[in-house]
Amino acid sequence: MAQGVKTDDLFETGLHSSLSRESMVLNLGPQHPATHGVLRVRLTLDGETVLHAEPVIGYLHTGFEKTAETHTYQQANTLTDRMDYLSPLTNNLAYVLAVEKLMGIEVPKRAQYIRVLFSELSRLGSHLVWLGTHVMDLGAMSVLFYCLRERELILDLIEQTAGVRMNPSYFRVGGLAYDLPEGFHENCQRFLDGFPKWMQSYKNLVQGNPLIEDRLKGVGRLSKEDALALSATGPILRASGVPMDLRKSDPYCFYDEFEFDVPVRTGGDSFDRFWVRMEEMEQSVRIMNQALAKIDPVGAYTTTDRKVSLPPREEIYGNMEALIHQFKLVSGGFNVPKGEVYQGVEGPKGEMGFYIVSDGGARPYRWRARTPSFYNLQTMPTMTRGGLVADVIVAIGTIDIVLGDVDK
Amino acid sequence: MGLNQDPVKSVEEQAAERGILTTTVEKMTHWAQKSSLWPATFGLACCAIEMINVTNSRFDLARFGMEVFRASPRQADLMIVAGRVSQKMAPVVRTVWEQMPEPKWVISMGACASSGGVFDNYAIVQGVDHVVPVDVYVPGCPPTPDALLFGILKLQEKITRGLPPKYRELAAAGGPA
Amino acid sequence: MTLITQAPVLDALEARFPGSLEVVPAVDQPTVKAPKEMLLALMDFAKQSLGMSLLVDVTAVDWFPARPRFELVYHLLNPDTMERVRVKSWCHLNEEMPSVMGIWPGADWPERETYDLFGVVFSGRGEVHRIYMPEDWEGHPLRKDYPVAGPRVD
Ligand code: SF4
Repeated sequence: MAQGVKTDDLFETGLHSSLSRESMVLNLGPQHPATHGVLRVRLTLDGETVLHAEPVIGYLHTGFEKTAETHTYQQANTLTDRMDYLSPLTNNLAYVLAVEKLMGIEVPKRAQYIRVLFSELSRLGSHLVWLGTHVMDLGAMSVLFYCLRERELILDLIEQTAGVRMNPSYFRVGGLAYDLPEGFHENCQRFLDGFPKWMQSYKNLVQGNPLIEDRLKGVGRLSKEDALALSATGPILRASGVPMDLRKSDPYCFYDEFEFDVPVRTGGDSFDRFWVRMEEMEQSVRIMNQALAKIDPVGAYTTTDRKVSLPPREEIYGNMEALIHQFKLVSGGFNVPKGEVYQGVEGPKGEMGFYIVSDGGARPYRWRARTPSFYNLQTMPTMTRGGLVADVIVAIGTIDIVLGDVDK
Repeated sequence: MGLNQDPVKSVEEQAAERGILTTTVEKMTHWAQKSSLWPATFGLACCAIEMINVTNSRFDLARFGMEVFRASPRQADLMIVAGRVSQKMAPVVRTVWEQMPEPKWVISMGACASSGGVFDNYAIVQGVDHVVPVDVYVPGCPPTPDALLFGILKLQEKITRGLPPKYRELAAAGGPA
Repeated sequence: MTLITQAPVLDALEARFPGSLEVVPAVDQPTVKAPKEMLLALMDFAKQSLGMSLLVDVTAVDWFPARPRFELVYHLLNPDTMERVRVKSWCHLNEEMPSVMGIWPGADWPERETYDLFGVVFSGRGEVHRIYMPEDWEGHPLRKDYPVAGPRVD
């Protein structure tokens, strides 16, 4: 097509009449580097303009909900890690809080603070991967390497504490799996002290960079009404002007004791979503600094309610009852009173919630995960309508999906 | 100086002294193949994140000549199946594998890809070897980047020793590829 | 443990639909149960008058072999006041549920999911397709009479 001539002009002058106005269908994925896993998008195009982008999902459907019904409550916790695997601990948190609420278990304050600290660590790790991969989709390779470098430090902290780098299942119903390891405070503080400097280096790479800003500004706009109507949550909703953050507006785990801001923007475009997340990272560090100061080096890390928590090691070795109790808890699990509960927490991607129905037994009757990416991805057709194909990639990046979370 | 000056040394040794190495064509091909495996980017689930980590500065996959992850399977000769394979994804995995040029290798990364892992259910294929022939299995959930590196080194060892890729082995035994 | 049986949302709903709702005591949030015939009216009222502009979740519970078999569960949220309410309804096997997509377009995917995994069909919207499983898949995996391992034979 000649430069400077719009498609519509061509139609009007009749130049185009031999080419019918038929649209073209283009398939993107499920194996495509920019779809962050196995997302497939069916694009209906008019030239380069997107008429409709329809996400086709299910390529990572794992059957979590069915499998969880065969697990005991404590076992099912390990499944939650594997949904949004970039931020496993916020998934853990939503799940254990739900079960604790249904059972009416009190968790020691120290354990809750540790949960806050690790949730924010997870959020930071997740946002770092988002930043790196998103900017890489825009064409800048190097940011990813910086982000992964710092994420390694987060994984080190998690590994020290929980024993594995990813999918740690560190939070358990009733508290935590283990206490903090020796030297954790110093290591964590060193990380927190270093972070502002690293954050600045990411900003140096992206802030004011015309190549990045032009790709983001005004692209993928989502109005406040649309965002709400399509059940979007998290940074997407906040970038569209709704100041909803469950940590502030519906606090759990004593989040109300912490001082932090909720970044909100009103433009609703990719640029705003980008900066909401960037600012969130700084707020996370702020929360972690406060949490670390609140956590006593020694203290309770799990409830003393023997209904759900294992007896301490020393007792198991010397006391027959304790041994039997441990055996029963590990092999058979504990019973949860009949009823239903929903608990949502603010994950890095939005409201991560669990709806659990118990029939009074040791295994959940219904185990439902309300995963944020699943709902957020619904906004994609609205975001990309009328844009260019390249903007679809930007939209996928700023929605920040994890396919494990979408497909569960 | 002629090659026959020192009767105690073999021809190869004398050549080596002059900076010439001799080998067989076969060995050289294997050496070249193992030192420039090009993996296809094929991330599926959690394990894929650890696969990405393997390329970062800490683990530095580039040391082994394989940092060029190719987005197109037609340019790749190694498929790292990183994560759980669902029933819906299985045909896609097979197609991608078939698109890769020969010779090609497959690493099954993680418990899910190797055996279904914790997901013994309707949705997950119980081991990617039901779909494509696997050369190396790397256990773990997820395997640490070190474990994946070890798996890759094992594959390189296999290639250096001249063992055929799994699908050729199966074909030679008369089974389906 | 205290069960929630009273809340401003419940009062408002009671006042609007006197005698036709059942309040279900729950530990976490106000819960009402309504027959599916009134579901749309109730949802519309919740959104327009109670400010429940965010549909948090749509799902189902299979109570096989009890009848009615399926319980539909909707979680609603008012993002300004952070009030939540859970609305439940029910339907028999092979019965259709009214779709709430006209009220919240975001109900599209979760309803497709509920159809895919439970086989609950929604009326009043375009055709419902499977979302997770392949189109030619047989059965609905989250039903209680569906084996965990699926049709696999090994
Ligand atoms: S093996 Fe573990 S880490 Fe890897 S995909 Fe499966 S669940 Fe995820």
